[in-house]
Amino acid sequence: MSSTAEIQTGLAEILEEVAGVAPADATPEKSFTEDLDVDSLSMVEIATAVEDKFGVAIPDDELGGIKTVGDAISFIEKNNG
Amino acid sequence: MPVTTTDVVVTGLGATTPLGADVASTWDALLTGRSGVTRITDAWVDPFPAKLVARLAQEPSEKIDRVRSRRLDRSQQVAVVAAEEAWSDSGAGDAGYDALRIAVVIGTGIGGAMTLLDQDDILEEKGPKRVSPFTIPMLMPNGPAAAVGLAIGARGGVHAPVSACASGAEAIRWGLDMLRLDRADVVLVGGAEACVHPLPMAGFASMRAMSTRNDDPEHASRPFDAGRDGFVLAEGAACLVLERADAAKARGAKVYGTVAGAGATSDGSDLVAPHPEGEGAQRAIGAALRDAGLSASDIGHVNAHATSTPVGDVAEAAAILGAIGDHAAVTATKSQTGHLLGAAGALESVFCLLALRDQVVPGTANIEQLDDAAAVQALDIVRGEPRKATFSAAVNDSFGFGGHNIALVFTTA
Repeated sequence: MSSTAEIQTGLAEILEEVAGVAPADATPEKSFTEDLDVDSLSMVEIATAVEDKFGVAIPDDELGGIKTVGDAISFIEKNNG
Repeated sequence: MPVTTTDVVVTGLGATTPLGADVASTWDALLTGRSGVTRITDAWVDPFPAKLVARLAQEPSEKIDRVRSRRLDRSQQVAVVAAEEAWSDSGAGDAGYDALRIAVVIGTGIGGAMTLLDQDDILEEKGPKRVSPFTIPMLMPNGPAAAVGLAIGARGGVHAPVSACASGAEAIRWGLDMLRLDRADVVLVGGAEACVHPLPMAGFASMRAMSTRNDDPEHASRPFDAGRDGFVLAEGAACLVLERADAAKARGAKVYGTVAGAGATSDGSDLVAPHPEGEGAQRAIGAALRDAGLSASDIGHVNAHATSTPVGDVAEAAAILGAIGDHAAVTATKSQTGHLLGAAGALESVFCLLALRDQVVPGTANIEQLDDAAAVQALDIVRGEPRKATFSAAVNDSFGFGGHNIALVFTTA
């Protein structure tokens, strides 16, 4: 079980690795596509990395509903541990 | 000849090769006789009969940032590096061209083989869900052209000729046609290859196409030499920016030379072996000369395809002799660069243009004893040191497995 802050930090690391997003920019209100320029294929890579890091699989039908960094944090919080 | 509205000129060059990180350093290394060939030291090469390679002088990651690199196959990375140099060199990006009239034609022989093989390893080890979502855009053979199209914002068409080791030259022919047919105003053309990986190495070695002179890397690629025993696999890319002569002149662009003509034929005789007398190759050269409106006597220099295979070099010598005669100064630059497969025709076209500009023919390295075939003996092959010469037209030959023959004619600006 990770804390919200730990999840945000871990997600920021993934975003930097996959899409070159500066960690300071990976804040909850940011939209992946609108604000961070993360495309749909990169979202698939992010989902895989989330599974590796947090042990939380994001099903394809849920992935489309994750629009912001905050959505991702909530999903991971709800489903891990 | 008078300039016509359909004359096509070269206004930009780019390259990343085993001899250098750009055009200038590659050309300089070529003229100083340096070899790009080394022996592979990775453990995987131990059971391989052919252990030689000509790797890039500079890793693409020196010029392309990490995030961009990770979604580009190495063949796409080298294409982007060469294309960005050529595009910048031409100044076409700042010339006010409509993006809808900018096109790209980049050929490759093998395409994204490294991605295909790496992702297959992941599939076997970790299962299908771990295969990268970028696998397909990275392995597709139009990948280098598509990546370059994106890099320069081309919206007038992106094309990818695939004709094995003739691909880079075929791209130049397609670009020439597009400009003559007014399908674009500027076309960035070239070839890209990066497949130094055990599987392609093993495949070429099983064909007995690669040199096994493992203990003497720098002398392994020896076109036209009696002791040649195959080619050396190389990686890299080269690009050229083509524009119509009137438009280039109107914007005051620097002009390297003219793409005066192109010829393309197919052997129709064997899937991989060249026609023994180079019949298809000879027809390609003849077609290119007619397309350029030149006669054989106008050609002062030939950059031969000459890969250093026993069969190919002799067949090509017969083709050159038949189509051009014995007066042109012939060189085989693969003696130093190794064989860049689908990028070779583009790189050797860059060499033709620089040879025309500098009025110098690069020497062919590693000829100790010229092959005794009559056609090879008859040609004026420049050996060793570069030769100063006065000439206004040069031919580049490129041939590919599949019986593809492309000849290009370049003339001084």
